[in-house]
Amino acid sequence: MAQMNMLHAINNALDIAMGEDESTLCFGEDVGHFGGVFRATSGLQEKYGKVRCFNTPLVEQGIIGFANGLAAQGSRPIAEIQFADYIFPAFDQIVNEAAKFRYRSGNEFDVGKLTIRSPYGGGIAGGLYHSQSPEAYFAHTPGLKVVIPRNPYQAKGLLLASIRDDNPVIFFEPKRLYRASVGEVPEEDYQLPLGKAEVVQTGSDITLLAWGAQMELLQKAADLAANDGISCEVIDLRSILPWDIETIANSVMKTGRLLVSQEAPLTAGFASEIAATIQQECFLHLESPVERVCGLDTPYPLALEKEYVADHLKIYEAIKRSVNY
Amino acid sequence: MSSELYNDGPVVHTPTFIDGTSVEIPELKILKQDGTIYEGSDMPDMDEALALKVYKTLAFHRVLDERMVASQRQGRLSFYMAALGEEAASVGGAAGLKPQDMIMSQYREQGALMFRGFSLENFMNQMFSNEKDLGKGRQMPIHYGSNELNYMTVSSPLGTQIPQATGYAYGQKLQGLDAVTICYFGEGAASEGDFHAGLNMAAVQEAPVIFFCRNNGYAISTPADEQFKGNGIASRGVGYGVKTLRVDGNDILAVIKATQIARKYALEENAPVLIEAMSYRLGAHSTSDDPSGYRTREEEAKWQENDPILRMKNWMLAQNWWDETQETALFEQLREDVLAAVKVSEKIDKPHIDTLITDVYDVPSSQLAAQLEQVKAHVNKYPESYPFTAGKF
Repeated sequence: MAQMNMLHAINNALDIAMGEDESTLCFGEDVGHFGGVFRATSGLQEKYGKVRCFNTPLVEQGIIGFANGLAAQGSRPIAEIQFADYIFPAFDQIVNEAAKFRYRSGNEFDVGKLTIRSPYGGGIAGGLYHSQSPEAYFAHTPGLKVVIPRNPYQAKGLLLASIRDDNPVIFFEPKRLYRASVGEVPEEDYQLPLGKAEVVQTGSDITLLAWGAQMELLQKAADLAANDGISCEVIDLRSILPWDIETIANSVMKTGRLLVSQEAPLTAGFASEIAATIQQECFLHLESPVERVCGLDTPYPLALEKEYVADHLKIYEAIKRSVNY
Repeated sequence: MSSELYNDGPVVHTPTFIDGTSVEIPELKILKQDGTIYEGSDMPDMDEALALKVYKTLAFHRVLDERMVASQRQGRLSFYMAALGEEAASVGGAAGLKPQDMIMSQYREQGALMFRGFSLENFMNQMFSNEKDLGKGRQMPIHYGSNELNYMTVSSPLGTQIPQATGYAYGQKLQGLDAVTICYFGEGAASEGDFHAGLNMAAVQEAPVIFFCRNNGYAISTPADEQFKGNGIASRGVGYGVKTLRVDGNDILAVIKATQIARKYALEENAPVLIEAMSYRLGAHSTSDDPSGYRTREEEAKWQENDPILRMKNWMLAQNWWDETQETALFEQLREDVLAAVKVSEKIDKPHIDTLITDVYDVPSSQLAAQLEQVKAHVNKYPESYPFTAGKF
């Protein structure tokens, strides 16, 4: 075990993936010699050469189009989109191409070896174009997998699983945690399962569900609630698509209450999908309406970021609202 | 920053515009309409066997298009896209390559797939979306694909295959294969951002890819002069630092020659090539289109005189590689075969209900499996409303 921050853990996972398979490539804007603007690909070009780790021109639709072609050819591309806010020029290549490649060809061709990495989320004073959480757009697209880690240990294990998974995976990295989140990470190879949530803390009064950087806030709110004698079950969804209905439903059938928190705006966010499914699956077990604690339905602010975000205090208030319903 | 990037002209002391008018783009022509060869032509590498294969592919192409447009008019087929008048571009492109080269097409390049040997039955089964379709009945007619024949399945969004071809070719290079990728697209699709992305990345990333633009004058109803300014698509290649050729797209020998040269260059230099094939879409965009609303009979008549298949036939006759008896017999046989194949394919069952959820992922998720069970229960409840699948699972 070693102490790693999330960037080290991601870099370590990429190193393992490139080391084990010559057809694995890492590329994107500034990814080569510079190692990426966050340094996630640091040292990879030196170790594996310019042919396998390189800069691309500044063209997101080209990066993902190129990656789709490579994956269809049999290579294992790991494409970086520098910020999730800039993934939209590549939306067509992701949603119409990568996601449908296998289906539309009747499995004659697929891009299952594709992984797209992208820093996402707020908390770095990035304003509206360096803070977005676009996971819900992609969760609406059959054929994709969407994965988000909450700490360095999760990041390494989930990223290795994403790279080796035989489906196109979008791996969103909570950039607020890149250096802030530090923890024990095994130096050797390991994987964590895709499509499986993790119960982080067991409890009996309410289920708290989130993913990515929001997990930290959920835990803080759960600690506050514990002082009030409220026992929270805390779950990390980890995979947004496909998502682990069973683990969440089992928990809610036990606690009778659910709170979902996301950084993204409230309306049509993934929390809404979870709320709809859980009221269907657990209707007779619910003691109160499903609470959604989310960003406002506005662009991500800059000066008023603190007011906008679904912080631990907003979550704490929602916990009390639910328990006292 | 490298100064090799720039080919600086003289320093000037008054503002001096540059534009493309000083760049003349040569157009390769080898075969005249009467079947004779332009003097001094650099002939493609082609023997009698290859010439016969190319000509028979062109004939098959024309007959299939003609019969399938008729089938659509009769209400037997939902949709079709013919390539009347520009068959030489796609067939010639494929004929200039090797079987291991990947073909990534737009949607009007069935000729390239025919050249590769996709069977009449395979074409039919795709068009009738039956259970024998390699694509499992999921895409509209003409969206063919075959892994075995290195022909990437067609997707409707325009231009998306262009950066993909760059990536595919980069992978071929990485693995040291004796193979390139050819990427077909129309002059209309060249307006998409993916064209820019694909060409720029191919040049920078040094990918052995041949970009093959079929400039057929129209994007549905929009003529080329409302699509772009500047000297066609070829002039774009120069800006990206991509070796570029313009060729008469109705001249099968010129197309084959251009593709052979492009393949050699792409492989030896690890670099892309752009070919602009000048042609004309004599038919409608698709069976849902009627060109009489946007162009004149006179314009069409002018291009009918440039029929690429007749041009090749004239050359074949002059070579003594073909005669009129063979011509009549071939076209009669093809029409008979196509008609018979329609009758067989249109009666084959639709795909099994389970294929609703397969190939979305490598393995269907539990959610998808549950959704399929719901659909099956529903079909069993109202079988008369779901005749394709009721009673078949």
